[in-house]
Amino acid sequence: MAAFILKRLAIGLATLVLASIVVFSVMEILPGDPALLMLGMNATDEALAVLRNQMGLNDPVHLRYLAWVAGMLVGDFGNSYTYSTPVIELIGERAVVSLPLATISLALSTLIAIPVGMFAAARRGRIADTSVMGVTQLGVAIPNFWFALLLIYVFAVWLRLVPAGGFPGWGGGVWPGIRSLFLPAVALALPQAAILARVTRSAMLEVLGEDYIRTARAKGMPRRIVLWRHALRNAMIPVLTIMGLQFAFLLAGTIIIENVFYLPGLGRLVFQAITQRDLIVVEGVVMLLVASVVIVNLAVDLTYALVDPRLRSRA
Amino acid sequence: MSLLEIENLALDIGGTPILRDIDLTIKAGEVMGLVGESGSGKSMTALTVMKLLPNAAKARGRVTFDGIDILAAPEQAMNQLRGDDIGMVFQEPMTALNPVKTIGEQVAEGIRWHTGASRADAEARARAILDRVGLPESKFPLTRYPHELSGGQRQRVVIAIACALRPKLLIADEPTTALDVVLQAQILELLRDLVDENRMGLLLISHDLAVVTDMADRVTIMRDGAVMESGETARTLSEQKHPYTRQLAQASVHVPERAAAPDTSRDLLLKVSGVTRDYPLRRASLFGAPRHFRAVDGVSLMLNRGQSKALVGRSGCGKSTLARLILALDRPTSGSIRFDGEELTGRSENELKPARRNMQVVFQDPYGSFNPRHKVERLVAEPLHLLDPQPGPAERREKVAEALVNVGMQPSDMDKYPHEFSGGQRQRLSIARAIITRPRLIVADEPVSALDVSIRAQILDLFADLNQRLGVAYLFITHDLTVARAITDEVLVMHDGRIVEEGDTGRVFDAPRSDAARALVEAAPDLQRAIARRLAAAG
Repeated sequence: MAAFILKRLAIGLATLVLASIVVFSVMEILPGDPALLMLGMNATDEALAVLRNQMGLNDPVHLRYLAWVAGMLVGDFGNSYTYSTPVIELIGERAVVSLPLATISLALSTLIAIPVGMFAAARRGRIADTSVMGVTQLGVAIPNFWFALLLIYVFAVWLRLVPAGGFPGWGGGVWPGIRSLFLPAVALALPQAAILARVTRSAMLEVLGEDYIRTARAKGMPRRIVLWRHALRNAMIPVLTIMGLQFAFLLAGTIIIENVFYLPGLGRLVFQAITQRDLIVVEGVVMLLVASVVIVNLAVDLTYALVDPRLRSRA
Repeated sequence: MSLLEIENLALDIGGTPILRDIDLTIKAGEVMGLVGESGSGKSMTALTVMKLLPNAAKARGRVTFDGIDILAAPEQAMNQLRGDDIGMVFQEPMTALNPVKTIGEQVAEGIRWHTGASRADAEARARAILDRVGLPESKFPLTRYPHELSGGQRQRVVIAIACALRPKLLIADEPTTALDVVLQAQILELLRDLVDENRMGLLLISHDLAVVTDMADRVTIMRDGAVMESGETARTLSEQKHPYTRQLAQASVHVPERAAAPDTSRDLLLKVSGVTRDYPLRRASLFGAPRHFRAVDGVSLMLNRGQSKALVGRSGCGKSTLARLILALDRPTSGSIRFDGEELTGRSENELKPARRNMQVVFQDPYGSFNPRHKVERLVAEPLHLLDPQPGPAERREKVAEALVNVGMQPSDMDKYPHEFSGGQRQRLSIARAIITRPRLIVADEPVSALDVSIRAQILDLFADLNQRLGVAYLFITHDLTVARAITDEVLVMHDGRIVEEGDTGRVFDAPRSDAARALVEAAPDLQRAIARRLAAAG
């Protein structure tokens, strides 16, 4: 088990290093001079040269890369060109919006998808199964920003249950914050839930055809109990895999959704930073997103071993 | 009154008739053998009694168990019967247990469900029944997972689950088909003891006439969803009144006609000398020395041109590993393998081409070794890429047609897909694939053990015929001594990676000298002996 964890950690670390190289290289290749951007179009050549020197832009590439990585390791992501504040502070402000948003939508999509998938699998081929799968097909097909607009229209404009956008901050208590995150979380979660429900259904169907399900039934266990006790855990491996992959999509999805709902989250931060060529912010946020995807997939790998004893002993 | 009475049972699944007019009774303490070839409806009869049929199945007639009308019983009543009064054991022990639950959980679950016992009580009872089926606590604590057990051990767990609550009736559907003969004998003995201890009725389903004759008081012989004959085992099988019973009995002891083996002793084809194969094991600790499992241990053997030799042994004895080494599909850790005068070990894939052309393989499962999306022509022609120069399309079809005719099929079959053929025909196709390059050696790994007895007899005839006509030598890997006796001149007995005995097949099986060979011979079911024993017991 220790070897299994170590190996996974090493793979995660290697992924991070590789990602940092890619992110850094892309930023190098992109056109645009940060010094020019900071000083404006009217800056003198001397001033630009001084600033470039100060920012270390004249150093060789590998030195700048190492400096960047070393900085990140101690929490120094550099200073934003446009805001002139440390990137880490910007990220901190925004993460308190994006992190709860991603967590709520992941929880929401899991809580919806797994029971729905099991329900459909248990009623394979019947009307309930066909109609549920029809709905999930729709969920997969609808883009989440369009779905978000629909939700705003129904719940905010028409029913006036929740705000249409914006974020009051956590200062006014937890409830107003959650209320304004609710619609964006649903908009993010439902398309994901549709995919996950389909995966759950097919994984369950495969497991339900296994011999050990028949053994459990021959023991006298009712169908419902066999479904929960014997089938679900065996069906979890593909479901967990998809959940791990979905997390990355979820993070990417926040960029769009936060813009639709005017949420001051990481997605909007990175979007604004790109349009303003605030590359150092982009680098920081992207690395943070990569790190969280790596951590979530590490967690998924470890959960595999919890679910399946065969993986524990093989490792 | 009988424990189980099946009268006039008919079953159809989605409109397709599966069973008709089935009559069968079992008394308490009685063993009923249900015999038939695949597709004869044995398993469906059993699943009807358990009411675990597919959704689209419709059963008519009467099935009464202990006074309860099974066909009319609601699901809830069946849940109370299953696992409590009726237990069931299935064919495939490797997949019959839930891989993510411990054996203790799986045995105790049914006990708790039916008796409402506390977790501790249920676990104590689970412990007791596992001890009873031969899985003592010292080696098999309740916390073991199925993947930590071998096939035979897993089948014991399945039997423990089925017998934990002392059922009145146990249904065992091919319980030993996936096990080697020694394990088979042990499991059958366990079942017999459980029947005697608890006056349990046993419905033993098998395609193996010898096993059933050994075990059953009465037999029911099925074919195409109907009962052909039923009655007391000794009389039914000694008189063989029904033509189908006779056909089955003859097929199961079938020995193909073979001319006396020509003297080829100076014509050496294969020489294996001191071959060893180690597999690395997981290290005991991170810094411990690397450990090995020795699958094949210093094996030497010789095979002459046109000779047919058997390699027999229990499962896990290393016979399939040895076959892979001979076929150069795996490299030995040490030792040398010479085929047709050429050294095979340490050769590159390109240098092995001529050897590969001259040795081919036939596997156990004819379906698993074919890509279902390819036509027969392409499947059978596969080994032709070994030829130099490559045959053109017309020559290719010609060679495929010739190979098909050689195995008793039609040239027109080459445009069909594998699913269009029966199991026996598919095994013919895989033999056609093996002979298409006109090899000097065919390694056949359990080539008939997945086949019904009548089909098995035909395939054995085919092997004998090809041996004579094409002069091809065989290395027959099998755990079935009847097959080894029927088709080979000499036998090698393998045990724990070593060859422990070799010699003339008849001589070795009649008077085995090594413990391993003796264990195999004693455990092997034998129809003639079983009938004789039954008759003697009946007086």
